[in-house]
Amino acid sequence: MQTSFLQDRARALAPSPALAARRSLLPVVVMAALVLLLQFAIGPRIGPYYAKMLMDIGINIMLAVSLNIVNGYTGQFSIGHAGFMAVGGYTAGFITYYGSLLIWGSTQPHGGFLGAGELLFAVSCLVGGLTAAGFGYIVGLPSLRLRGDYLALVTLGFGEIVRVFIQQTDDVLFTAEDVRATAPLALLTKVGGALGFTGLPFYTNLFWVWTFVAITILVAYRLKFSSHGRAFLSVREDEIAAEAMGIPTTAVKVRAFMIAAAFAGIAGALFAHEVGTTLNPKELGFQKSFEVVIMVVLGGMGSISGVVLAAVLITVLPELLRSVAEYRMVVYALALIVMMLARPQGLLGLHEAWELPWVRRLLRSLVRQEPKDG
Amino acid sequence: MPAFSSLLRSFSSLLPLLPLAFAVGCGEADQADQGPPVRAEDPNAPILIGEYGSLTGSEATFGQSTDRGVQLAIEEINKSGGVKGRKLAVRTYDDQGKTQEAGTAVTRLITDDHVVAVLGEVASSLSMAGGRVAQQYGVPMISPSSTNAQVTRVGDMVFRVCFVDSFQGYVVAKFALDDLKATKVAVLYDQGQAYSKGLKDDFERELKEMGGDVVIEQAYTGGDQDFSAQLTAIRDTHPDAIFIPGYYTDVGNISIQTRKLGLEVPLLGGDGWDSSQLAQLAGDAIEGSYYSNHYSHEDMRPEVQDFVKAYQARYSEVPDGIAALGYDATRLLAQAMDRAPSLDGKDLAAAIAATKGFDGVTGNISIDAERNAQKSAVIVQMKGGQPRYVTTIHPKGMEPAPQAAAPTDAVPGAAPADGAAPADGATPAQGAAAEGAAAK
Amino acid sequence: MTRLLQTLMDGVAVGSLYALIALGYTMVYGILKFINFAHGDIFMLGAWLSFTLAVSLGWAGGDAPWIAGPLVLISSMLLCGLIGFIIERLAYRPLRDAPRINVLITAIGVSLFIENLGQLEPFPFLKKLGVALPFGTRPQRMPTLLPDATLFTVLGVQVKLVDVLVIGISLALMAALQYLIFGTKLGRAMRAVSHDPRTASLMGINVDRVVSFTFVVGSMLAAAAGFLSAEKYPSLNQPAHSTWILLGLKAFVAAVIGGIGNVRGAMAGGLLIGMVELFGAAYLSPQLRDVYVFSLLIVVLLVRPEGLLGKATVEKV
Repeated sequence: MQTSFLQDRARALAPSPALAARRSLLPVVVMAALVLLLQFAIGPRIGPYYAKMLMDIGINIMLAVSLNIVNGYTGQFSIGHAGFMAVGGYTAGFITYYGSLLIWGSTQPHGGFLGAGELLFAVSCLVGGLTAAGFGYIVGLPSLRLRGDYLALVTLGFGEIVRVFIQQTDDVLFTAEDVRATAPLALLTKVGGALGFTGLPFYTNLFWVWTFVAITILVAYRLKFSSHGRAFLSVREDEIAAEAMGIPTTAVKVRAFMIAAAFAGIAGALFAHEVGTTLNPKELGFQKSFEVVIMVVLGGMGSISGVVLAAVLITVLPELLRSVAEYRMVVYALALIVMMLARPQGLLGLHEAWELPWVRRLLRSLVRQEPKDG
Repeated sequence: MPAFSSLLRSFSSLLPLLPLAFAVGCGEADQADQGPPVRAEDPNAPILIGEYGSLTGSEATFGQSTDRGVQLAIEEINKSGGVKGRKLAVRTYDDQGKTQEAGTAVTRLITDDHVVAVLGEVASSLSMAGGRVAQQYGVPMISPSSTNAQVTRVGDMVFRVCFVDSFQGYVVAKFALDDLKATKVAVLYDQGQAYSKGLKDDFERELKEMGGDVVIEQAYTGGDQDFSAQLTAIRDTHPDAIFIPGYYTDVGNISIQTRKLGLEVPLLGGDGWDSSQLAQLAGDAIEGSYYSNHYSHEDMRPEVQDFVKAYQARYSEVPDGIAALGYDATRLLAQAMDRAPSLDGKDLAAAIAATKGFDGVTGNISIDAERNAQKSAVIVQMKGGQPRYVTTIHPKGMEPAPQAAAPTDAVPGAAPADGAAPADGATPAQGAAAEGAAAK
Repeated sequence: MTRLLQTLMDGVAVGSLYALIALGYTMVYGILKFINFAHGDIFMLGAWLSFTLAVSLGWAGGDAPWIAGPLVLISSMLLCGLIGFIIERLAYRPLRDAPRINVLITAIGVSLFIENLGQLEPFPFLKKLGVALPFGTRPQRMPTLLPDATLFTVLGVQVKLVDVLVIGISLALMAALQYLIFGTKLGRAMRAVSHDPRTASLMGINVDRVVSFTFVVGSMLAAAAGFLSAEKYPSLNQPAHSTWILLGLKAFVAAVIGGIGNVRGAMAGGLLIGMVELFGAAYLSPQLRDVYVFSLLIVVLLVRPEGLLGKATVEKV
């Protein structure tokens, strides 16, 4: 009887189907519109250099938001995020490069917007993400059983091991005949080694980057305000109490790890196909991981909007401050220390930007006409 | 307000665009300290070329050397009237030794600063990153010092004024076999550097082709300090010489440990050894070892001596090969600009590709069909902490006719017809080779 | 046979360096229960400060008197001890009660700060004063302060004075530390604080002072390791600072394997890691030397997380 009473109440409080549909679809429609606007209207207007900056911002946002899931929501300290980026990037690059060679005989971008080439690229991004998630599982499962400090060490070690192995690989093949002549397993080793995986077709554009960014942010947002998110947060707050409440902490931690790794992998795939970047194992090491950690820490561990803001700042600052580039890392390091001493929750802590009182007041005054629905 | 917050959610991904206004605005401000933005079409404005290099970071010495050579060349060209009556101006961006920054720098140079050509880089992986961007936007790029073969394969907009590693491997192999009579060579290379791996492959191939034998191959990672494992393995094979195609930063510890293990055979290297710091880092351990280089400052040709004097006057140090190449790249570019019908990407690229017999400091340069430079290389030997000229090795098919009188091939530099007497300080090649083999 | 002995000797030498650094990690972890990521940078600082001191005092030429070596060693130890003290005071003490992750991040911040501060080329006023820059982006040659002589040769392996000194000084320092911790009152205080800081303070121990002292001692040991490493591998390559980070990291792995918080464990772990790395490099593949160390870490963490000499602790809630 209690149950049916609760069920009645739940049904009464649930939103109407129309409203539910509007709530789920509206963000998607708006995102799609914005992304297309970016690609076709804004992109050509601002020129390739600024478009590239926007793409870099997007990729960094993906990296930061995904790491936020592990470091922020779940309170685990992973500093090997660049390793997942590398895995995703190399996997995706492998698929597009050798796929293009085998299917079309050349590695130039094939087909126009949303053409065959771009679809191959999208598929390779997703596969890259999945592979990275797999690695997240392999790395996470054994190490997440242990105390958090060890996780930091193991993730660092993982990133380094990935780097060393990639450096051992051989040169890239250039023609379709060579590719056909090589056994599949041997082909896996032909990803460029120390020179980097060069020659990847430049598929990354504003549309793809920001589509994936939108998806990442959406997933992160939905996660945070769902029961999964609450499980993550409970592990962060007090792991033993969470375990006592029946939350499988190890499984939760591994889950967070895998999700984060997946998005990092996609970010890596996007990075690999961007104009002017090369997948180089030396640059996907702990220096890159630290950059992502800095973004998460500055923005506030647990706040999506905070982390997004920090990612933007960290991407844009080096270009603005080219003249003082050599001081950059020193300033970042100092900022990190000062942040931890003065404001450890980062810019926004666990809150989102729209939860800040002054932002609420501002927005409320702007949209006074918004119809109220219950 | 539920619908409102969902709307907000959609907008949250747009938040990042706000600072972009900042970026655009400040971008202009940042350019201000680099000089006013110029367009190539304006007939009276200076011609703007772009340069990207590692001015900071682990490759900083290479980037700074190149930059010095480039700046010197620009000054000299402007002093003598410029190109087509217009002065040259260069905009330089630091890529900190990272491929991502290299790509960004070249993108900015081409799409934002609208340069007509790009100069850079030294490290091959960085040149490739920048080269792909240059190729994408159809602006010619000249690399002063990247020797890995893949760099110019990027496309028809990418050139270089130095030799390629396949030639350099041949040079060292030939010297080892002919002059040092070293048929059994051990190889120790840097697996983290594409340059080192490539040069190692080329050397081994050429050595085997000419009848030599690679007795063992060992690898290290740049920055490693302990090479005892690799060197002990090498010692067990009793080689006649050891080839170390790495950067000078590692050669210091390697040579010290080699001598400590009692290995007294000569060490051979590539142009990655070329640095004024090599002797300081390695000390006595490097005495008597050889490496291939783009030029020797002891070359008595007037171009070289003028360059060395001008460089010393300006920077108070002797120019190394990297600086000389930066100088040559700039001058070759300027000469091509003079010849080209317009400064448009395709025309300029065609003019560069047509360069033949350019008298550079680093030798007589002709750009071949693969956009590489056909030129000679020199072998130098470390004596008294200084690289001293030993001999010149020419590309196959470009060997000078043997000179009747001179018993020694003691002519420094690549101009083969000159029968001048040996310059001060340059010891006869055979004598040097014999000394080198016997010296510690 | 020659190879075996050579590798053995190098393994012990390198292992002792790792042990010295690992001791700093393990002592700090024992007392504060946190990984001091900046410790590896103290090691690097030790090497570079030794270089700066040696050059500034005019011994770059290689004709240094016998007193030069010990003088530079002790000076850099003292300087690094001071730096360790300052770091603890400014960056870690305020966060004594903060969540663990905050202190970890601060430690990373300190580590990055030290590394990158050293890479700055400017400070022209220092150049004017005639002081050689601590690092900068160019590699430098460490002056030879420990005489480079071969003591004797056994079975084809040259036993160099430098290696013997490295091993000897490391062992001496480790013995001194042993005595400090197990034979003095201050050492007892350190052990008490590592066991239970609250109760130790109730017993009248000034915990803050003990913690500071621990940092100072740890930093001094790291500095000594830095000096010895610079003497053994004289071509200092700051631009490859990732090498220094890796070295520090491997030392931490040594501390973990030996049993974090356990002083004897750190020494054993250091020697073990040195052996594993060098033997792996000699007999398997030199390219994967880092992989061996990290693989060993993963194996130990999976099989025996408390380390070889550690005790499995039950966490009470």
